Amino acid sequence: MMPELGKYAVAVLGSYGATALLIAALVGHSLWQAARVKRALTEVEARQGKSDG
Amino acid sequence: MSIWEYANPKRFMQTSAWALPWAMALTLLCLVVGLVWGFFFTPDDYRQGSTVKIIYLHVPSAMMAINAWVMMLVASLIWIVRRHHVSALAAKAAAPVGLTFTLIALVTGALWGQPMWGTWWAWDPRLTAFLILTLFYFGYIALWAAVENPDTAADLTAILCLVGSVFAVLSRYAVNFWNQGLHQGASLSLDKEENVADVFWLPLLVCIAGFILLFVTMVLVRTRTEIRSRRLQALLARERVA
Repeated sequence: MMPELGKYAVAVLGSYGATALLIAALVGHSLWQAARVKRALTEVEARQGKSDG
Repeated sequence: MSIWEYANPKRFMQTSAWALPWAMALTLLCLVVGLVWGFFFTPDDYRQGSTVKIIYLHVPSAMMAINAWVMMLVASLIWIVRRHHVSALAAKAAAPVGLTFTLIALVTGALWGQPMWGTWWAWDPRLTAFLILTLFYFGYIALWAAVENPDTAADLTAILCLVGSVFAVLSRYAVNFWNQGLHQGASLSLDKEENVADVFWLPLLVCIAGFILLFVTMVLVRTRTEIRSRRLQALLARERVA
């Protein structure tokens, strides 16, 4: 199943690995930040008796 | 219905909440199909060997690094002209996404360049313009973080975005302007002679669609966070005053 990458295996697999890491970092950070801010806003709104739009 | 209705944060939150699951699903579908197709089911290039598989990452990420800056430019101009906060927040939200694509393009470009050109890096017009664009991304993000007043930050970053647009354009057209350096011209062209072969072109198109959708999805997620964060700061400020 795995294609024969020959002498360029490091370059090809390195590119896919680095891309996966960078995208995972972006998605992970974005979702973590989204959850953190949403939780904080919900708490403050509950305290002040308001609802999110 | 006018597009300016989406400048209303509440309307933007409602519409983006509906659109996000679709955008996420389509992103995942396009990226998985495009990358699996490109990596496992396309042949090696007769000159570049298996390194041609890097095209499915390098070309879409480089395209989106430049297009993200163009999107930030449009959003910044809307902020400057119409003072819609959602557009300023969308530009702010897009910057880390664009920076990630820029870093992917630089890393994959270096890994591709080493076996093909014999060097990781060259002070080629396109590469140099792209490196300067990367520095503009860092500067743009740093400026947003450094200025406390959000409207002032939006004003200053909008100006920085206008200046940086020169390098976004140069990154795209430097090869045509100077006609020198190691980097080749556009991989995608309407001219069949210049365009990549069909066997690489079709999975590349799917990957490009995947990267565009990833950009849209991440900008929606991050803009929603920025809107909530702005509301949170307003409520906390009101609490402090009361």
